[in-house]
Amino acid sequence: MTAAAERSPAFGMTRARRNALLQSESVQGFALISPTFVYALILLVLPILVVLAHSFWTQHYLTIDHTFTLENYRIALTEPIYRDLLWRSLYISLTVSFFTVILAYPIAYFISFHGGRHKSLWLFLITIPFWTSYLLRVMSWKVILGYNGVLNSGLMGLGIIDEPSTALLYNSSAVIITLTHAWAAFAILPIFVSLEKVDRTLVEAATDLGDGPLHSFLRVTLPLSAPGVISAALIVMIPTVGDYVTPKLVGGKDGVMIANAIQAQFGKAANWPLGAALSVTTMLVVSLMAGATVLIIRAIQRLAR
Amino acid sequence: MTAMRRFFAGGWLTAYAFLYIVFLYLPVIFLPIFSINTAPTPKFPLTGYTLKWYEDLPKTPALLDAAWNSLIVGVSASVLATLLGILAARSITRYRYPGRRTINGLIMAPLVLPEIILAISMLLVMLQLGLSLSLFTVVLGHVLICIPYSMTVLTAGFEGFDRSLEEASADLGESAFGTFRRVTLPMVAPAIISSLLVCFTISLDEFVIAFFLTGTETTLPIYIWGQLRFAAKLPGVLALGTLLLVASFVLMTVAEILRRRAARRTQNEGGLYA
Amino acid sequence: MPEPTQAERPQTDRAMIEIRSVTRSYGAFKALDDATLTIREGEFFSLLGPSGCGKTTLLRMIAGFDNPTSGSISVGGQSMEGIPANRRPTNMVFQSYAIFPHLNVEQNVAYGLKRLKLGGTEETRRVEEALAQVSLTGLGKRLATELSGGQRQRVALARALVMRPKVLLLDEPLSALDKKLREQMQVELRRLQQAVGITFVLVTHDQYEALAMSDRIAVMFGGKIAQVASPKEIYQRPVNRQVADFLGGMNFVKAEIVEENAASLVVDTLGFGRVRTDKPKAFVRNGGGATLGIRPERLRVLWDNATAKFEVAGKVVERHYFGEITHLIVEIPGLEKPLSVTETNDFGADDIPVGTSIRLAYDPEALVAMAD
Repeated sequence: MTAAAERSPAFGMTRARRNALLQSESVQGFALISPTFVYALILLVLPILVVLAHSFWTQHYLTIDHTFTLENYRIALTEPIYRDLLWRSLYISLTVSFFTVILAYPIAYFISFHGGRHKSLWLFLITIPFWTSYLLRVMSWKVILGYNGVLNSGLMGLGIIDEPSTALLYNSSAVIITLTHAWAAFAILPIFVSLEKVDRTLVEAATDLGDGPLHSFLRVTLPLSAPGVISAALIVMIPTVGDYVTPKLVGGKDGVMIANAIQAQFGKAANWPLGAALSVTTMLVVSLMAGATVLIIRAIQRLAR
Repeated sequence: MTAMRRFFAGGWLTAYAFLYIVFLYLPVIFLPIFSINTAPTPKFPLTGYTLKWYEDLPKTPALLDAAWNSLIVGVSASVLATLLGILAARSITRYRYPGRRTINGLIMAPLVLPEIILAISMLLVMLQLGLSLSLFTVVLGHVLICIPYSMTVLTAGFEGFDRSLEEASADLGESAFGTFRRVTLPMVAPAIISSLLVCFTISLDEFVIAFFLTGTETTLPIYIWGQLRFAAKLPGVLALGTLLLVASFVLMTVAEILRRRAARRTQNEGGLYA
Repeated sequence: MPEPTQAERPQTDRAMIEIRSVTRSYGAFKALDDATLTIREGEFFSLLGPSGCGKTTLLRMIAGFDNPTSGSISVGGQSMEGIPANRRPTNMVFQSYAIFPHLNVEQNVAYGLKRLKLGGTEETRRVEEALAQVSLTGLGKRLATELSGGQRQRVALARALVMRPKVLLLDEPLSALDKKLREQMQVELRRLQQAVGITFVLVTHDQYEALAMSDRIAVMFGGKIAQVASPKEIYQRPVNRQVADFLGGMNFVKAEIVEENAASLVVDTLGFGRVRTDKPKAFVRNGGGATLGIRPERLRVLWDNATAKFEVAGKVVERHYFGEITHLIVEIPGLEKPLSVTETNDFGADDIPVGTSIRLAYDPEALVAMAD
């Protein structure tokens, strides 16, 4: 018999315990993810906490006064300019997410149910424009909608209008169209994923039980894909509310959004605390709106049954 | 009802799908079209074919600087984000531990946060920490927003990976490092390259974060942004934009092919009658 | 199909694997509960049980992919504590085969040899030898993806055997194959084990597989080892109803213990009357009752006026045809459950009409007593 087997039990125990600890799933897994986790803590969590802190401070010229105050929030919520910008941003992001989801659903449905062998090709085709520069896509809408742009010159060439229309560019509709286009792929993917999860035999079962195509869609497919619709709406709504490039390029005076005001506080106006308060307010309000959207979609889902 | 039936049977849907593709691609197509048009303003009818806007590009030093900066930022950000992504994706797919979902959620959060919020909050911290704004700070920002994409690509690549392959390697006498080198790495290499390409593309095209976090250096999107103020510079911007579009398109196509190859490779394993 | 002749290779009684009071718990759940077991050098040993019985956990602890919460495992007289999987004298055939998809057959088989730095010619020779052992000669350049299920299994075998381990561990190696191939591989695996003389430890949930291949079997339930014995003894003398049931059909009859001594039991039953049987080793009396079991094929139909020393009479209530055999369900007056009888069809058991009164012969040796 080897010495190892006859080792004192106490020694064997501690050794086994130390091994167990080193080899334990939790420790290894956590050690492995910690660099990435720490990176996210330093460049995401810490910055957001710093923004939160700033929103309760005030700035006098170049120095920050660290006394706690709610003044920034009073300004952010009551000053007409910021209140209007916030409302407009919310309105635009809500409209954009509504349209992207409505337009995306049939596509996601088509790919999932009728994509056949070409499913991944369709998905690839639809996501490819999304990978091109966001700035360039916004720029191309400026080229299309501009006074001397593609649409105006095209319509004039066809004899539909006599002189270029100024109504196309520099308003919130232009912002909505551009954003709807820019976020299309983002809405399709979550809906597609949830439709893929719908067990096809459930649809067959509904048909077997007497439902026509419309009813089986409304009573089975649509409710089961609701989680996808919800995440599609949120994934579009939250980022678009803070969009900076689109309003700046195609929004004009009527299409300015809250991000442009936030940027101004960190640029020309140099009022970081106010910028911070505007950021926090925007995030809070859009979170509330997102929550409400989830509740509304769930309520509709329940009614549809 | 029959119309409805046909609608769901796919006829209308197919037509709609093609229209949708047109809607997605049409705006983007105008960039290359007008970049080879002789007229300096993008409007119909087209006036004639020229490559002069492209020929002017290499003659612009500011543009070349911006391109070089974009390359440096893109390579650094994609390598760093992919390294961090590999660690996190491996941890998420291989281990079970408390807080795993929360940590994953946190790492993925930049994907759904408004870029402006990310940009200004990082800006504040960097200024507080006394970091001077430079390409380095842009890289830091880009790594943060690239990690979620890297994670998505890599977890998909790692997930189908049969754990018994690594056990088989250990069973045959290979050390942990040897197993990683001889089994894990060759298996996931396509996913890693795919992640590098995706991150590079994102960094190359990203504007808002670069705009806020850079000092005096410009990247290509920042350069384009600056040129947009001048109507006369538009054709050059269109030409440059077209090149960027083509670059993104090629990179993403290669990434997609690699991603599929990776998926095929891992999914074949364990197939009973493959 | 030639039956593999079991135990034709003389076995030593030397222990190859010793498992002493091994427990593996996950929180409150015990995947393996105080298992003690000795596996001998050169034997084909099977761990048999339903899924979740702890058999795979035990195998993975022998391989080094898992560690006992308490207890010890030694292989070849050497304690395995603290020795990682890559330094153990064991090799494994995985359930999924775990063939490296980026390598061809040769490279898969040579995978572990590369570490040994044998030199090119010796390595090639050993790979060739291993491929020949599993009848894969000539397929060395094939990619893993180009192989059939059976071929993949052979590659997995060759890859492990080429390492010349002291113990070969097989984790449900045949479960992915179809029935015919599985039966063929059972014979081949047994032959291979006889040829190489290495200790094989097989994990399976298929009782026929375990019976056909093993020198000895450990039957496991709920993390505990219920019985360790030769296939014949396990089948004929199961220690309890659970083991009896798992190994195949068994008729259970209630019995009263009349007399008990060291070697035998005398019990009274309805239907079979007073019976004297060998007392099983693990028999622990639990009150005055016991259960008597008899396998369906140990009951034979008595034709016409034939008589037997031991017989019971009853009436056929169901008949099920299975090709070479017929199952009869026979009601016996006094028995609460009818007896199930398996009869070969060469005398016309498939033609016995339901409702016929028949007599069944049995050998009291075939009756096995089990504790309640």
